Amino acid sequence: MADLLSRWHTALAEQSPVAMATVIQGPEGYLGGKVLVFPEDHTGTAGNAELDKAVVETARGLLEGGRTETVHLGPRGQRRMEDVAVFIQSFAPPPRMYVFGAIDFASAVARAGKFMGYRVIVCDARAVFATRERFPSADEIVVAWPDEFLKTAEVDGRSVIAVLTHDPKFDVPVLKEALKTPAGYIGAMGSRRTHDNRTARLKEEGVTDEQLARVSSPIGLDIGARTPEETAIAIAAEIVALRTGHSGGRLAERSGPIHWAAPDTRTRDGVK
Amino acid sequence: MNPVIDRVASWREEGKKAALATVVKVERSGPLGPGTSMAVSEDGQVVGSVSGGCVEPAVYEEAMAAIEGGGPRLLSYGISDDEAFGVGLTCGGTIHIFVERVDW
Repeated sequence: MADLLSRWHTALAEQSPVAMATVIQGPEGYLGGKVLVFPEDHTGTAGNAELDKAVVETARGLLEGGRTETVHLGPRGQRRMEDVAVFIQSFAPPPRMYVFGAIDFASAVARAGKFMGYRVIVCDARAVFATRERFPSADEIVVAWPDEFLKTAEVDGRSVIAVLTHDPKFDVPVLKEALKTPAGYIGAMGSRRTHDNRTARLKEEGVTDEQLARVSSPIGLDIGARTPEETAIAIAAEIVALRTGHSGGRLAERSGPIHWAAPDTRTRDGVK
Repeated sequence: MNPVIDRVASWREEGKKAALATVVKVERSGPLGPGTSMAVSEDGQVVGSVSGGCVEPAVYEEAMAAIEGGGPRLLSYGISDDEAFGVGLTCGGTIHIFVERVDW
């Protein structure tokens, strides 16, 4: 097997980040050129060293956000030219979902997270609740104070943070920590009263309205969910809707394209 | 894990020629996004898909042509393309698919 395919295959199997750049339009001799880009390294060529340099740089930027795009460059990698179209596909490791509060709802949310392709980490300070038996589907189970744990956890723009404790003692500190991260989704469970109480306490602690707008609270889309499983679906649906910029609601009650303008072109392990 | 690349890698290890077809752009409403791929081996095995099933037969022919020595090609299927009526794209969009022989 040739080097490019072999290294690509290995990276995908190990779930390590990699981007494949392919020249899909361009002058004779460039078409089909390929560069496999790793965070620290690259192999293959798009046609010449200058073009490769531009492609590698662009690919690393896209890879960071797990994005897949076609970019246009000049034959020597010039930014303002359009002669060469390069399709760059990111294969980023699965995004992370942090679930705080090892309650029954958390077990269903963890399962929904796995179903959607997340790496799921469940955290609770109470060792009796945060057990493998209760969370067979979680990738990691952590017994720690949620806010302490979140300080050292790896969080990026694709990460989901679901705070399900609905106890202000845990909620407030972990939400304050969550707001310091670039997480793409932050949600907090609770009744209207819990929500109002929690909001007031967060404000007392100096959290601004702008920051609070990042928190989906009460968590989930309004589908009338009651059971843990139904609630997990409401939360999962809200996570997707926020990422894609869709509002939720019934397709049957609206017209127009179903998959419109999705700016979201991320691929996880390459399977869409 | 990527089932398509997985299969391509094992075909190549067995010494079989293969071609890869990748969705690179979707206009309007298409069911599968950029990066979705399908691969074909010289003995006619297929893995993956590039649409809801409507353009696969056409892409299969193109992949076979690539295996037999045709160069890499960027193809478009959709309602704006005459060919698409024959293909019967059901989803009402245009998809652009890059087909290449796996010789890298």
